[in-house]
Amino acid sequence: MNLALRDIRHRLSRFLITCLGVGLLLGVALAMVGISQGVVAEALALTRSLRAELWLVEAGTRGPFAEASRIPGDVREMVARVPGVSAAAPITLRTAEMAAPGRIIRAQVMGYEPGRPGWPSNISAGRGLGGARHELVADERAGLGLGATVLMGQDRYRVVGLTRGLVASGGDPLVFIHLRDSQELQFKLSPPAARRAAASGAGQGSTDTVNAVIARLHPGADAREVAEKIRRGKHLSALTDAEQSELLTRSVANRARVQLGMFTVVLLFVTGVIIALIIYTMTMDKLREIATLKLIGAPDRTIAGLVLQQALLLGLAGFAAGLALIFAVRDRFPRTVALGPEEIGVMLAVVVTICALESLVSIRAALKIDAQAALGG
Amino acid sequence: MAEAPLIRLEGMCKRFGSGETAVRALDGVTLSVFPGEVVGLRGPSGSGKSTLLNVVACITPPDEGTLSLDDGPVWADGRYLVADLRALRRKRIGFIFQFHNLLPFLDATDTVALAMTLAGADLASARARARGLLDVLGVGRRAAAMPARLSGGEAQRVAIARALANDPTIILADEPTAALDSERARSVMDLLRRVARERRAAVLVVTHDEKIFGLFDRLVALRDGRIEAVATAA
Repeated sequence: MNLALRDIRHRLSRFLITCLGVGLLLGVALAMVGISQGVVAEALALTRSLRAELWLVEAGTRGPFAEASRIPGDVREMVARVPGVSAAAPITLRTAEMAAPGRIIRAQVMGYEPGRPGWPSNISAGRGLGGARHELVADERAGLGLGATVLMGQDRYRVVGLTRGLVASGGDPLVFIHLRDSQELQFKLSPPAARRAAASGAGQGSTDTVNAVIARLHPGADAREVAEKIRRGKHLSALTDAEQSELLTRSVANRARVQLGMFTVVLLFVTGVIIALIIYTMTMDKLREIATLKLIGAPDRTIAGLVLQQALLLGLAGFAAGLALIFAVRDRFPRTVALGPEEIGVMLAVVVTICALESLVSIRAALKIDAQAALGG
Repeated sequence: MAEAPLIRLEGMCKRFGSGETAVRALDGVTLSVFPGEVVGLRGPSGSGKSTLLNVVACITPPDEGTLSLDDGPVWADGRYLVADLRALRRKRIGFIFQFHNLLPFLDATDTVALAMTLAGADLASARARARGLLDVLGVGRRAAAMPARLSGGEAQRVAIARALANDPTIILADEPTAALDSERARSVMDLLRRVARERRAAVLVVTHDEKIFGLFDRLVALRDGRIEAVATAA
């Protein structure tokens, strides 16, 4: 006879309300874990989508994400000729604001040449960029539909494709435009003095500058060797994709992740204290029942089992409620909430451990209840 | 009576506190309860009735004296002689409480079946036996009722069924009729007397309830931890 389940069934509405409360707390903790993972996922989303094996950037920099990088556009041809490189493509990256009907959208704008590496691999609707100018592929987070138009610089762009899950490390949606458009946009969005200097041929010179060249390698080519070769011969900084990912995680996402991680730990501690109090209160509410059980000869394991099973059921039901809540609302969060099986599994283990450990206090209290408490009024 | 007593206390003493504030709750009590006998314990508050019941129930260790239950020594020389007191309670002692103490989350059948499963019975046979016991005690039609749906008299009968679940030889009752009207109180006492006779059990009842004083085989009056008087049924 399972006393824990029978007691819960008897006080079902009270138990469900308690589970809902615990679920809300655990939901917030799960959201923090998800956002923490999301920061990394967002930071790496573009590099994963581009599937580049090498990143070539301005010498002495760690661009284009962690630091600014500007290199001539014709670097692409030089890189393409390096032994081991199968394809190379220039890209630009900058933050810009687009005017859509009734709102301004802040986005990370990436320019690439259609037909070369650099196109987004996760297109969910429409198509990638074609030959025509002033086309745009936007991530769904930008809230634009296929065929919509936006004003950027002084040009109107038409949305021809949508991607899913491509946002910059700051949470801004990524949009993709033709490299030529992005270079012009770079020029148009520059301060007027710099623009005048560039137009007159002074200052920084040509508008054919890009922020990085990405390269793919022949099968069997060693990315580190090719990178080293380019560093020595071409006066560029060369990063393998693994190095770029590490740089993004460490420099761009890590501080936010640590911050969120610390907050999650505090939240879990608070959740733990609250669950402990709830379990203790649930146990002490049954003081007379437990005393009666002891008096009629119930062994300690029966009483400990009653408390432990209720604590675990509370934790599991609360966890399920919190998880359901987060999955129901996570798309409404402005930042990515990345909760995979691994994160869910770890959090479940943490919750089960918290409940089991905290039930020990209540079990100890229950076993100390004097059987005499069952007697008298 | 030729049979050996099922409850036997000799020179039982119990003190609470120490020094000048010490209270002698039991002061050399000697008492035996025989098979088939229903013995009442009465006395004013603080006379030692509840302490005596707790000592017999093995939930309060005495300071001096000896205690034997079911012809076996349980307490002597300042220590318990039985290792597992809860197992002793499970198998040999049935408890009846003033306020029934039915677990609110178990229906009448499972209330009785629980006591049986704690003693090692399997659930299916325990439920079958529990229903039979409830029938015998006149509450068989309430077998599926939860405690909150039972009247005071029904609840006390279910509590008695639980006390009898493992065929105990000793039944201890703490004010079993205090919450009942005269008719139901008499009915419960009749039931206890029947159980004592039919099962050859020793029944020890703590009571303040004057209306049932005449229903005991012996009525022991306690005062200041000592037996003041013993009245025997005519």
